[in-house]
Amino acid sequence: MATTPNAATPADLPWGPRALLRRMRGADEIAHLITLVAAATLLLITVLLVYQLWVLSAEARHKFGWSFFVTKTWDPVAGDFGALPFIYGTLVTSVVGLALAVPLGVGGAIFLAELAPPKLSSSLTFVSDLLAAVPSVIYGLLGVFLLVPIMRTTVQPALKKTLGFLPLFQGPTYGIGFLTAGIVLAIMIVPFVLSVSREVLLAVPRDQREAALALGATKWESTWKVVVPAARIGIFGSVFLALARALGETMAVTMVIGNNPKISASLFSPGYSIAAVLANEFSEATGNLYLSALIELGLVLFLLTFVLNGLARLLILVTTARGSGVLPT
Amino acid sequence: MRIVKILGVLALLLVLGTVAVAEGGQVLLNAAGATFPYPIYSKWFDQYHQAHANVQINYQSIGSGGGIRQLLDKTVDFGASDGPMSDDQLKTATVPILHFPTVLGAAIPSYNLPGVQGDLNFTPEALSGIFLGKITKWNDPAIASANPGVKLPGDDIVVVHRSDGSGTSYIWTDYLSKVSPEWQQKVGKATSVNWPVGLGGKGNEGVSALIQQTPASLGYIELIYAIQNKLPYGKVKNSSGAFVKADLASVSAAAAAAAKFMPDDFRVSITNPEGKAAYPIASFTWLLIPAKFTDAAKRDVVKDFLKWMMTDGQQSCEALSYAKLPKEVVAKEMKAIAQIQ
Amino acid sequence: MSARLIWRKTLNVTMLSLTGLCALLTVSALFFILGYLMWNGGKDLSWNFFTRLPAPVGEIGGGMANAIVGTLKLMVLAALIGVPIGLLGGVYLAEFGGRTVPFLVRYTADLLNGVPSIIIGIFAYALVVMPMHHFSTLAGGFALGIMVIPTVLRNTESFLRGVPSSLREGSFALGANKWRMVATVVLPAASRGILTGVLLALARVAGETAPLLFTAFGNRYWSPGWMQPTSSLPVIIYTYATGPYEDWHQQAWAAGLVLLGLVLVTNILVRAFLTRGTSFERS
Repeated sequence: MATTPNAATPADLPWGPRALLRRMRGADEIAHLITLVAAATLLLITVLLVYQLWVLSAEARHKFGWSFFVTKTWDPVAGDFGALPFIYGTLVTSVVGLALAVPLGVGGAIFLAELAPPKLSSSLTFVSDLLAAVPSVIYGLLGVFLLVPIMRTTVQPALKKTLGFLPLFQGPTYGIGFLTAGIVLAIMIVPFVLSVSREVLLAVPRDQREAALALGATKWESTWKVVVPAARIGIFGSVFLALARALGETMAVTMVIGNNPKISASLFSPGYSIAAVLANEFSEATGNLYLSALIELGLVLFLLTFVLNGLARLLILVTTARGSGVLPT
Repeated sequence: MRIVKILGVLALLLVLGTVAVAEGGQVLLNAAGATFPYPIYSKWFDQYHQAHANVQINYQSIGSGGGIRQLLDKTVDFGASDGPMSDDQLKTATVPILHFPTVLGAAIPSYNLPGVQGDLNFTPEALSGIFLGKITKWNDPAIASANPGVKLPGDDIVVVHRSDGSGTSYIWTDYLSKVSPEWQQKVGKATSVNWPVGLGGKGNEGVSALIQQTPASLGYIELIYAIQNKLPYGKVKNSSGAFVKADLASVSAAAAAAAKFMPDDFRVSITNPEGKAAYPIASFTWLLIPAKFTDAAKRDVVKDFLKWMMTDGQQSCEALSYAKLPKEVVAKEMKAIAQIQ
Repeated sequence: MSARLIWRKTLNVTMLSLTGLCALLTVSALFFILGYLMWNGGKDLSWNFFTRLPAPVGEIGGGMANAIVGTLKLMVLAALIGVPIGLLGGVYLAEFGGRTVPFLVRYTADLLNGVPSIIIGIFAYALVVMPMHHFSTLAGGFALGIMVIPTVLRNTESFLRGVPSSLREGSFALGANKWRMVATVVLPAASRGILTGVLLALARVAGETAPLLFTAFGNRYWSPGWMQPTSSLPVIIYTYATGPYEDWHQQAWAAGLVLLGLVLVTNILVRAFLTRGTSFERS
């Protein structure tokens, strides 16, 4: 145990209270160093990751340049690779997913934040968090055997009959394709929208609501016209978060999207996403250009999710401003 | 505290896991590649393991493209492919790669048409037109003319192909390139091509599943997959004009000419061959074995397995509808085993 | 009552009911998924399933023993790789850090957390599989371990910061120096929350498929030690679900149930019992 240093003892004696203190201060420095190394390892891993993506995609980047992003062909035989079908597929499925998940999630969040008694609210949020924990491959399993047949026999024909004048709902109804992948994604990202929106809604100061109610607004009006706009930025943040998650989803999408790098206006058409093509073709890309083109796709995906996640956190931080700088994911 | 204790337990488990290896005497080989022969390979490796309990050959069916790539990257001990490696690919290998034919199989056009009884006939023009996306409906004259008396629905044909690098795709596109100049020019032959139309399935397994689940679909799979999953498949018109269904006899007939003139490196295509009874879309499938092994135990196991495969192993293939290797080919292969060092 | 007021009231009730419906739909999705898996997968959970190895293709009677053990081994590795780095890094952020380095580390942790798992798999392939010329459990564990680090790190920091400063000051007052204070007072106080984060992170990576596709690869047999490829539950579910054999499909459902059960039970136990009253990172 440390004792107060005795001023009468010379500082450089190998025994005595000063020496003891010196030793233990050293241990502090060691601890500092060890923990710093651990933190630095994280930095190292991330830097290495970005570096690998950059270096391994060099051949494709030099060969195709910016035209990589607007080329439609993906032709391993001719060595002609373009990212457009995959970017298209990734975006379309994510947009469909968001279109379904955001109303559901925000609606549910409003219910849980404004209407439900606290106990019900937290237990339902608990269940929603469990939904977020379900592995992607399970969604894929359900998608392939449950959703795809339903889409093919019931939903898609019905959409075709009623909304078939829109190019979105034309073409043969395979059951797999953009729409089905979008629906699976929607179920997967709803919990994110719901829980983050609920938190930002709860963070809106109570007096805002009460002021509105005092002025004669109904509960809905107070919520929709006062609380939600106040939390609007955070809700956008939750949307970006969900979008970032949807972009990177691999297994569930590749099992129901059809794996065909085609761009089509119809949601019934099969397509491909960046994550799906990586899963299917990475371990078999023969030839350095092929592999490098795939990794360039990976780099694109990485950058997209990076930007979106960054934006999301910024928006959520602005709205909820949690004390110690710790953010909900 | 608690976490340190837990980590200590984990570290202990790690040590135990390493110790529990007991690799003494065990030879573990990892291989990857074609899905085309996967049913017979998984049977063979299982049988070989029963006979030699200390040998485990872990074969993962990831597609011929994957087999070639992993072999070139040296992450597996040997590979398997139904599309022979090209000269360019062989050049990039650091050790020479030897091709060893194992069985003969057939790529067949399988379809899902619930209302149609019996086997459909497909001409080369029909098949190339369908896969080029020019023939879109089942009752198109190109198909109907070969099937008089069969009521074909007016549904759109849902084409199914491989989404991964595939030797089966190689065989199929090799055939289409031979019978359709338009296909040869527009698409070409390879393990992975730019398909004009269709849904992509992963592996023969994935394509079979898609055909199974999608009405009005047509795809190409290896014969055993259609048989094991009770999928109907059609006859194909061969170069002599006869509509032939893929079976042991017609596949063996396809290999008859090649058997006599087998090149030394065993890389040969037998699609669209001569012969009235020959099935036009048949192929050898090869194990890709490096000519030099650094691990002597592994090398000996591989050589012994190859010998076993060509003698005892061949007895199991007909039960799974793969045709046996012609005698001449077996004799040539036995000599070639000596090249593995 | 004026018409406008009636309209407003109706709108009020309608919209609020709709939001309730949204919440109900979201929540019932989980019960539906669980119920469907239990119904479909439960029928095939047999002794065979848990103890036997896969049968040759097309033959029935195989099991998933090696996949279950493989997943457990991968969890052990992911914990060994991810937890020390995450834990110590979190300690650094909460106790030792200054301004710039902690900011960078937090930012990087969030960045890494958001990286799609398939990219992590590619990274692990380039870093571990290629130099080793071998697919291995180690490579798979490495990939999963990387995914564990950010969650554990942020979580640890969060809970350490949550420890009241009175505890720290009391420790200092008794003469402890910094590391002793952290190790003997602060960490134990936060240990429950930290453990939560660790278990949740592990439950999450247990279900990851994409990073294992090119690292742990797959194995029809037992995978001895750590240097051989290994089968795992998520990968085998994917393989069997996309195949044509009915037997494979049944096994995939059963495996899905086992995996989902593992993940959900961990989540429920951890969230319900270990974190009463505390908030935590959502991964």
